Amino acid sequence: RKTLLSVLTQGVNTPGALYFHIGETEKKCFIEEIPDETMVIGKYRTQLWDKQTTSFLPSTPGLGMHVEIKDPDTKIILSRQYGSDGRFTFTSHTPGEHQICLHSNSTKMALFAGGKLRVHLDIQVGEHTNNYPEIAAKDKLTELQLRVRQLLDQVEQIQKEQNYQRFREERFRMTSESTNQRVLWWSIAQTFILIITGIWQMRHLKSFFEAKKLV
Amino acid sequence: MFGSLRVLLQVLWAHLLCGWVLGSELTFELPDNAKQCFYEDIIIGTKCTLEFQVVTGGHYDVDCRLEDPDGTTLYKEMKKQYDSFTFTAAKNGTHKFCFSNEFSTFTHKTVYFDFQVGDDPPLFPNENRVTALTQMESACVSIHEALKSVIDYQTHFRLRESQGRSRAEDLNTRVAFWSIGEAVILLVVSISQVLLLKSFFSDKKTTMTRVGS
Repeated sequence: RKTLLSVLTQGVNTPGALYFHIGETEKKCFIEEIPDETMVIGKYRTQLWDKQTTSFLPSTPGLGMHVEIKDPDTKIILSRQYGSDGRFTFTSHTPGEHQICLHSNSTKMALFAGGKLRVHLDIQVGEHTNNYPEIAAKDKLTELQLRVRQLLDQVEQIQKEQNYQRFREERFRMTSESTNQRVLWWSIAQTFILIITGIWQMRHLKSFFEAKKLV
Repeated sequence: MFGSLRVLLQVLWAHLLCGWVLGSELTFELPDNAKQCFYEDIIIGTKCTLEFQVVTGGHYDVDCRLEDPDGTTLYKEMKKQYDSFTFTAAKNGTHKFCFSNEFSTFTHKTVYFDFQVGDDPPLFPNENRVTALTQMESACVSIHEALKSVIDYQTHFRLRESQGRSRAEDLNTRVAFWSIGEAVILLVVSISQVLLLKSFFSDKKTTMTRVGS
């Protein structure tokens, strides 16, 4: 009875009321722009289109999804194969755009006869990753303490985001200053080239005409 | 046995009422001439909000369309950069929303969307309180709501800043390439001008001498 209860609640806890369709060789990428030291938890569930029953089967054994996560410097920080239901976690060490890519590992064309795989996806970032009932049970917090804890986590996330914003603004400023410098130097160089070619043209033509005895 | 069955039913009912996922926030790439659809099963009477913003690409616009389970269009906008749409689900079932970049021939876009369904799940899942919250607790709740909107504003600010920054970086590379390109063009044009002029006078000279003799 207890196992039945736990199994049923487990089923209800599976992720993602949000879903989308993916083709067999299709790779779907999602971008998460996050500050550093931020935890990201992704959960997915797959369903395969069954032509016979013209509906989506609950879950397909043997069909897995390959998850690849790249950090802002395009270095791969996670590249793993998971089953038809999976859960992946990573913590960012550099602030910036992280890319989470999913594609199916199916090699048998027959599996995708209908051409559609339904993927339920749920990605939670930062303070949304905290499981408050669990924290309350572990640290034995009262309700008020738990609420304050939640507020503290939220404020910490806001602080991290502000820091990240400062970092980005600095990069933006550097790019703008570099553009400014380039435009300045190019204007000077262009004027210089113009004058030099003008002088060269005149001198060359003058010597040419003098040689031809036209001047 | 009935005790555990009751608990089970309560859990299922609670989940049904609250919804397991409070919202999905995703940023994805939409290639040119492509359409990407997302689906969500919504219970009747749930208040939902769809917010989207185009982060990079072209004129930063995208077509968005939201349909209810019977295919009726609840929201349709063409070439919008940013919008927010709140609705209450009038029917039970799978609602679908699509982003389309089919009007664009070669720019692919990055689109951010935030689809909130219902309210947040309560902090204590087995709480079914009907008693009022204490003053401290209601203060905490209002601070929580305020902070949520702060985080939301921060997200939108970050996306706008990202737009500005990618334009600036684009400009930077374009200036570099154009400077080199223009230098090359200048030199080529000035040298060919001189050569062309020289060739005019050389031909004339030979024809003149030929006619003379």
